[in-house]
Amino acid sequence: MMLIDAVERAGLTGHGGAGFPTARKMRAVAGRRRPVVVVNAAEGEPASRKDAILMRTRPHLVLDGAVLAADAVGAREVIVALHAGPSSVQTAVNERQAAGLDPVTIKVVQVPEEYVASEESALVRFLSGAPALPTFTPPRPYERGVNGRPTLVQNAETLAHLALIARHGDQWFRSVGTPTAPGSLLVTVAGAVQCPGVYELAFGVPLQAAFDAAGGLTEPVQAVLVGGYFGAWLPAETALRVQLTPADLTAAGAAIGAGVLLALPASACGLAESQRVASWLASQSAGQCGPCTLGLPAIAEDLAVLSRSGNTTNVRNRLERRLRLVEGRGACHHPDGTARFVASALATFAADLARHRRGNPCPPARFPVLPLPDDPGFR
Amino acid sequence: MTVRLRVNPIACQAHGLCAELLPEMISLDEWGYPLLDPQPVPAALMAHARRAVADCPTLALLLTED
Repeated sequence: MMLIDAVERAGLTGHGGAGFPTARKMRAVAGRRRPVVVVNAAEGEPASRKDAILMRTRPHLVLDGAVLAADAVGAREVIVALHAGPSSVQTAVNERQAAGLDPVTIKVVQVPEEYVASEESALVRFLSGAPALPTFTPPRPYERGVNGRPTLVQNAETLAHLALIARHGDQWFRSVGTPTAPGSLLVTVAGAVQCPGVYELAFGVPLQAAFDAAGGLTEPVQAVLVGGYFGAWLPAETALRVQLTPADLTAAGAAIGAGVLLALPASACGLAESQRVASWLASQSAGQCGPCTLGLPAIAEDLAVLSRSGNTTNVRNRLERRLRLVEGRGACHHPDGTARFVASALATFAADLARHRRGNPCPPARFPVLPLPDDPGFR
Repeated sequence: MTVRLRVNPIACQAHGLCAELLPEMISLDEWGYPLLDPQPVPAALMAHARRAVADCPTLALLLTED
């Protein structure tokens, strides 16, 4: 319980996207019968690399966090869930087993590549031997998770922070960041920057600092995608000044999500880029819930029509109606995230919509800036 | 105690019976899936709501208490 108290005082929140307070999640599992800890390193977000880099370069830090979290909630079992290439992580697990210091067993499991597979309920279902598809809640994983056991699912980066809190204390953790957004975060910086990659930033710095860390911008930027494909576009002038805290990003109409910060060059077409991603998101629907299965392709098609031939009022109205229609109507948040992404594209690229409508579409055939798993040379 | 409608979107197969049985609180979207009134179910409609829940062919319609 001492560690959970320290995590609470530190103010650690989840780094997987939802930003839920970590201590509260731990308390929900602590004291229940035979709990399990799941390390969610199955980064589904195509533009994000932070968990993959972390697992490759600092596997023991994440595993330390997982073992400490397991100990704190009374779990004897840790499952590490990741996508392809568990070799470096498996090596680390073998090293720990040889050292014989951990009071828990650690198992590494490879998770399917689908976008929704790393969603918490889908992950728990997969680890219970079923297909990796989201489930209807309740029950939530902390009530009934892997094989019916109470399950603490934590993002890999969150557990790395937890390990550092255990080692250095909550005051140390709070020595960077702001009082309401303490600590640091890993961000994946991409797009028009000198050195795309994963960087650690303190909460509260201006977003511009992420691009400075990546060697600066390579060309004029029109917009920044904040959070990932469940995130939101912000116009460059807003984005570069906004402070990296949950509250400031919310006020600006975004959220840090999985920590993606992608600078869209002025020479790219935000509509075409967004339409490509929207179509991919539609294709990634698990196909379980009608409003998502049917709604997301309809939304992607509306956006395609708008970005091709312009802002016809009928299509625009229909699209805005559909964006409201799908929200909150899936078992998971896939439709909500997609709707938020598309809505932010309509707002941020309003001038492009108007220009396309007047018969002046953006010059085509630039290589897409937003990466998708089907692209040649992805990752 | 407040009672509200909820649908399990995975179980729902858009049969549309619920909108027939409880049009006061349920309409269908352009694909035939139910749109639920988020307000509490008023006492006067409770019997109809229970009937709609019981008659859903996939048992996707639920009443939740909070």
